[in-house]
Parts: sequence; C-alpha cells; structure tokens
Amino acid sequence: MAEEKKELLTISSGKMWQPYNWAVGRYWSRFFAELRDNKRIMGTKCPKCKCVYMPPREVCGKCFAKMDEWVEVSDKGRIAAFTVVWFPHVDPNTGELKEPSPYTSVWVHLDGADTYLMHYLDETDEKKIKIGMRVQAVFSEERKGSIHDIKHFKIIE
Amino acid sequence: MGKRVGIVGVGQTHHRSKRMDVNGVELINEAVMRALDDAKLTREEIDAIVIGNMDHFEGINYVDTWSVDGSGAYMKPIMKLTTGGTTGATVGINAYYHAASGLFDVVMAIGWEKNSESDTTGAISTCANPWLERDFFAGAIGPLATAATMYMQRYGATEEDAAIVAAREHNNALNNPHAHLRMKTTVEDVLKSPMLSYPLHLLDMCPRSDGACAVIFASEEKARKIADRPAWVHTTVTRHDFTHFGDLVGWERMPTLYSASKEAYKMLGIKNPLREIDVMELYTPCSWSGLSWMESLGVCGLGESIKLNREGVYDMDGELPINPSGGVICTNPIGATGLIRIAEAALQVMGKADKRQVPNVKTALATGFGGCSWTDLMILGETPR
Amino acid sequence: MMEKVAIVGIGQTKFEREKKEQAFAELVYEVVTKALEDAGITIAEIDNIVTISNDFWDGRTISSMAVTDACGAYGKDVTTVEGDGTFGALLGYMRTLSGSFDTTLVVAHSKISEGNPRAIFNCTFDPIYERMLGLDAITSSALQARRYMIKYGATEEQFAKVSVKNHKNAKNNPCAQLPLDITVKDVLNSRMLADPIKLLDASPISDGACAIILANERKAKKISEKPVWIKGVGHCADAYHLGDRDLAETDSLKEAANRAYKMAGVKTPIKDIDVAEVYDAFSYQELMWLEGLGFCKKGEGGKLIDEGVTEMSGELPVNPSGGVLSAHAVLVAGLVRIAEAALQIRGDAGKHQLPNVNLALAHGINGPCGQSHCVWVLGR
Repeated sequence: MAEEKKELLTISSGKMWQPYNWAVGRYWSRFFAELRDNKRIMGTKCPKCKCVYMPPREVCGKCFAKMDEWVEVSDKGRIAAFTVVWFPHVDPNTGELKEPSPYTSVWVHLDGADTYLMHYLDETDEKKIKIGMRVQAVFSEERKGSIHDIKHFKIIE
Repeated sequence: MGKRVGIVGVGQTHHRSKRMDVNGVELINEAVMRALDDAKLTREEIDAIVIGNMDHFEGINYVDTWSVDGSGAYMKPIMKLTTGGTTGATVGINAYYHAASGLFDVVMAIGWEKNSESDTTGAISTCANPWLERDFFAGAIGPLATAATMYMQRYGATEEDAAIVAAREHNNALNNPHAHLRMKTTVEDVLKSPMLSYPLHLLDMCPRSDGACAVIFASEEKARKIADRPAWVHTTVTRHDFTHFGDLVGWERMPTLYSASKEAYKMLGIKNPLREIDVMELYTPCSWSGLSWMESLGVCGLGESIKLNREGVYDMDGELPINPSGGVICTNPIGATGLIRIAEAALQVMGKADKRQVPNVKTALATGFGGCSWTDLMILGETPR
Repeated sequence: MMEKVAIVGIGQTKFEREKKEQAFAELVYEVVTKALEDAGITIAEIDNIVTISNDFWDGRTISSMAVTDACGAYGKDVTTVEGDGTFGALLGYMRTLSGSFDTTLVVAHSKISEGNPRAIFNCTFDPIYERMLGLDAITSSALQARRYMIKYGATEEQFAKVSVKNHKNAKNNPCAQLPLDITVKDVLNSRMLADPIKLLDASPISDGACAIILANERKAKKISEKPVWIKGVGHCADAYHLGDRDLAETDSLKEAANRAYKMAGVKTPIKDIDVAEVYDAFSYQELMWLEGLGFCKKGEGGKLIDEGVTEMSGELPVNPSGGVLSAHAVLVAGLVRIAEAALQIRGDAGKHQLPNVNLALAHGINGPCGQSHCVWVLGR
C-alpha cells in the first residue's frame, strides 16, 4: 500500500486588496480644509469640561456633549512621548515595507490642546530626543487636505 | 438577579509561530475538543457558543458562521465578538453573561488567531483611524514604546528593570507546555536582543502566535455537577473609554486598568490587592507594561513597582506571582490571548495548573488589553459569590 | 420566573445611499441621542453599552474603536458584537438579565457606501475552498433562490410581488431609503444581476445607524409609559459550506424560532403574531423565512404573498417598514427590524402603523445565504 504523502500546502490570497473611500464627515472636513488652505490647526472645545480636542470631533467622550466651538491651536508644542521605530513593517496603505526606516513616531502636546497628536519627528537619534522638548509643525509645500499636510515636526529651541 | 457562574473546563492548543498542519477551523477544533475533554462533556451538552478573533489577521469575514465545523456550533446558538486585543477576554466575559442571564446553562467561549496567515503589524495598523493616526502608528509596538519612554522619564526606570520582567516571564514559560516561546532567558539576553522601537528590545515584546483557547462556563447548578472545583466568576469590569491614541493624556498610569480594577475591588471589598489576590494573569504585551501597570492595578503606589520588581515580589515564589504561564510575551495568538489569561487564572483556582501551579490560590485576577489602552477584567475565586 | 426586560428607547437615522456629512462616530451619536431622547433619560442612566460593527465593512481593525466617544462609553462597561444587530441586541438582553446592569444601550452602524461590498462579502467565503470562485452576497443568494424555485416551485413573479409590496410600504416610512411605486412587470424587467435575481429583487447599498435602549422591569416601568417587553428570543447557526446543507431549507431558522416561540408562549405563529419584520435582503428570502418562522408550511411561502396575507391589509402584515429591500445598512438592518417591531407595539409607527398589535416578530440573519438566524418576539 502506498504511503500517505505528508505535504502541508498553503493557498495565498495574493495582496488582499480592500479599497475604501471614507467620508470623513463635517468636522474632519473642516480640520483638513484649514490645514490645506490656511496652515491652521483647529480643535473643538467641550462646552462642559472646556477640554480642547485636537483633532476635532463632534462628541466629548467624557461629558457626552456635542462640541460646536472651534478654536485654533498653536503649531508649536512639546514632546509628550516618542519612539524610534527600527523594525521593518508593512505599510497598510501601500502593501510595501514602510519607508523611511528607522522613523520616529512622536506624540505632540500642542499649545492650547488637551489631547496629543501622533506624527513624525525629523530626528531619529534617540539620544537627541527628550520628552518635554519644544517642537514645531513643518507644513508640506503641496497640501491636499490630509494629516500629511503637516510634513513632520522639528525640534526647536 | 442573575445566576452564579463558574468555569468548569479549559482547553488550549500548543501555541506555535506557525501551525502548518491545521487550517483555522481545525485549530479551533483542537482547543474545543480539549476543553470538552477537560470538562468531560460532549458537544451536545454545550448550549451556546461565543467566539472571537481579529478579522484582518486571517482575512475571514463572519467567523462565527465560517467556523461551525470546528467550534461545534452546528445547529446551535453562536455569536461573534471582537474588540481588538481584548477580544479573548471579551469573549470570556460575555460567555459569562450568556450563562448568568439564565438563557443558557453551559456556554463555551472560544478565542483563536492564526497570526502566521497575514502580516500582523500591517493588519493591526488598520485599527488606528485611517485618516489620522494610521500612518504614524507602528503597530502594537509604537504606543507601548512611547509609554515606556514616559515611564523612564518620570520614575527613572531603566531598560534593565524591564528586562527583569521579561526574563522572569520567559523562565516561567518553561513550566508551561502550551507556551509558544520557551527559552531560558537572562537579563543580559534581553538587553542584547535587537532594538525594535526604542526602548523595546525584541525579547521585551510579545511574539505573534498561532493558537486557540476554549473555556467552558456553566451556571451554578450545572457547574457543581460538571466540575469538582469550578473557578467561580466573582466579578467582571470592562473599560474602553478612548477613541484615539492621542486622547491618552497622562498615559503614565494605564487609565482603564486603573478604573476597571478600582471598580472591581470596590465590588468585592478588596482593599489590598497585593495581599488579597493570590495570582494574576495579566495581558501585558511587553515587559514595560508588566513593570508599570502594577501601579495602575493598585498593587503599589506610582513609581514603586520598580522596587517590587527587583525584590522578586512578582516571582513564582513571591508574594504576588504574575503570569506563571509565561504571559503574553511568551504566547500571543491575539484573539485567544485574553481568553488564555482567564483560562490560566481558572486553572490556578481549580488547582489544575501542573508545574506552574501557585500554591493555595483562592482568588485570581485576569485581564485583557487592546485597542487604545482598553481593559477587560475578570476576577475568579474558589467559592461562589 | 425569568426577569422581564423591555425596550424603552429607539433611534434610527434616515437610510441613504451615501451619507457624506457623517463619519461612523457622528452616525452613532445621532442615534444614541435620539434613543435617549425617546426614552427621556440621559447617558448617565445607561449602565452598559453593546456596539455593533464589522471590521471589513468599516475598513478598520477594531471597528468599535471609532465610536467609543460617540456611544457614551466613557467610564462604562462596553462590548462589541460583530454580527447582525439582532445578535448584538440579544447580547444586550443577556447582559441586562444577568442583573449586573439595569439598562443597556445597543447601537449599530455601517456605511456600505465606503468599501467594495462584493469584495467584502467575498471574504465571508472560505479562502481554501470557495472564495476564489468569486462568490459574493448576490451570486450565493442566486444559488439559493434557484434551489428554492426548483424544490418548491416558487416563481420569479412571487419574488417580484414581495419587492412591489415592500417598496410600496416604504412610502409610509420616512427613514426608508427606497420608497417606490413599482409593478411586478417593472421588477421582472429590471436588470439581471445573477439569475434569477434582478436589480429590483435586491436590497440597496445603504449608510445608517440604529440604537435601542433596554431596561429591566423595575427600571422600565420608571422610564417608559409604553415599555415593549421582550417575550422570546432564539438564535441558531446551520452548516457553513453552501453544499453542506440544502439551501432551500431553513432548519436553523426553525430552531431559533422554536426557542423564541417557546419562551413567548406562541403556539400558532400565524394567529398569535400580529406583524413581522423579517430580513429580506433579497425578495425570495422573505418567502423562505416566513416558512422557517412557521407562518406557513414548507414550500408555501409563495402562497402567502399570492393570497395577500402579508400585505398591510392582510392577516399577517410583513415588513410594514419597507423591510431590508428598502434600506440595507448591513448589521444595522437587523436592529432596525427590532426597532420597527417595537414601534408597532407602541403605536408609534406613524403612517405605517398597523392596528391592534399585541405581539410582533423581528428577525435578522448572519453569514452566507441565511446560515445563522436570530428571532425576537416582542409584546405589550
């Protein structure tokens, strides 16, 4: 009797392409338009707890209150946290490995905001980065109405 | 008032980085058969099933209907829950609610993941808001690394402090035949391992694993018939709270772990968790979490965990053993991981934890973690409440 | 004696082909606010929350994360079901019954306009055996419709009548997306999608959300003058691979319905139940589900529509809201069936209200070709 061949096969999906077109809604639309047209960073303020949410949104989660008051927050702030990412990983937007590598993901506490913004820092030597350092947004020359209209943050004095 | 519920059986696969020999449905079935075996039940005696995993790891939609052959759900009630990394714990918690409601007596919770089938970081990155945080979000690792830098800056913790946690959990896993990574590890080994994302080294961080876990919950009357020593559910609390990672101002204290554990202790009248809880199986995705989150759990004050860690309080023979199973940094089939914490805590209470058993466990705490700092928590005990 | 739980608040959006002004969070906030207003309570009086969403439909892992703020989950126990709204509401019901929570908010959202529905539903099929056949919701349902026609002699005309009825009913429902005045001929002449399913036999692509609030007996009596009591529930899943079961049969639906009817004390469904909101993702499905729900014998679903039994003026009106054929935000549509059934009990269904509704049925499906079903019986 022929011996059962033990072969373990796999089936590949190829690159699983799931395209989406997300409508960002009223609030985000205004946020991105201000970034694109006026290089202004906007937030919304909660009528109850007065927290300024940047990026803006309709509802303050803590108070469950609708926010209609728009405020401008500064393009300067301080580093609240950071990490220099060394390990190569796939960028879900392209399906390819993320470039550049390493890159620094930074959480910025902008002056006037009560939440942090996640973005890039243009410094990848962790010895040169400290929590509390002042940073400033560097805007892209070509802006399309996306979070990348801010190119990255740079450390300032 | 609801019914009292106990865990009466537990099953899990031997977790590996890649299970080529089974497809997803078969992987699930392995854990399910082991749980049924453990409880000495047949498929017919299961009244309802709750299953969970994270969709984009396997690329399968509607997993509850897809997996009926393996889960035993054919012609039975089944539903799927998914809450990111907390999924495993969510599934266990809601299996409890299925039984506590009185609608079902014997309920099986199943958590599973075949992480090898896709790109883990690519898939996890899609949890961040696509038009805000996704591009800066280095998978699960990024935010954890940033939390570590904040803890270092505030309390002077060093990479060595985290390495002590990592080495402890890796060595604990040597007692756990189900664990994925089982390797004798020293603090030096951890510090020498490649830097993933400052300050996290490779050995500080959880792996991605293929694995499944099944836990059987039963309402009181049934539970007493099925098991000699059920692990009774004392309480469960969930806090998700946040929508964006940037909302976590003050990330030094793990906010949802703090509020969830506080609420749970209040419900049970626990004043001193370090003394009153006998063992904890925590979803700590990296060693830094295992170091700093103890403070959020009320085990000690802010910044004090560094000392307790160095003194061996969290060791197997310490006052409060943490993760005798080796925890998440040794085994991480994401959809199952939270449920494995509940399963391991139950095994401790039931006295069935073999070589990793902590002596005289009366009360055990299990947590799930995921999303932007979410917590799903359960406390089990040897007598019903 | 089982604790009683009631629906005390309801909110839904208008369903539309594309809601560009609102992202997921804003849709959820709209319906949660509506449901709270309807119940006359604030978010502080909600003890826990069940959200319902799906990672594939939303295009993000942990789809529930997008709505944490908007559903009022801050500081509260919250969890997420990834499946039809009827299943999510069932979990909410169980959490309330457990005694841990007096009130539970259940909210579902989806924006089918944003992804590629055919690619998304294709992922429901097993990647090893079936997915590469290119199956999606329409093609797999076409298989089921054809099987139903061959086995029981159901006809395309009968399917078309369902579509005519439901689109006409939608004219009296301001939330429905597709109120239409069409004839059987219009349906039969509409563009063929996958034989025998034509454009007007299929549900549309919709964006929207829905929320309901559950309360235990003590709380319900305080909150609402017209609590809608949950009398019975049941859910059950059939085999998965399309070839593992006879697609013309509805065994898992029968099982789910029997559980719900037993709890509710329903003996003769067609007599005991006054109105039914069933999940008609495709016109043929309404006929099949009525059989599984025990409103008629196997294979006789077509008779019900031919004899006018399921019209607004008939013995058992089905889908007075216009049904899923008139608005299909996946996952949300099941919760809407519960909401609409509850509105009928309360007498709040406006222009599509039926007289003397004492017992109403709501139904939802999950998985391919109605593999898994969830049945609700609501009453006064």
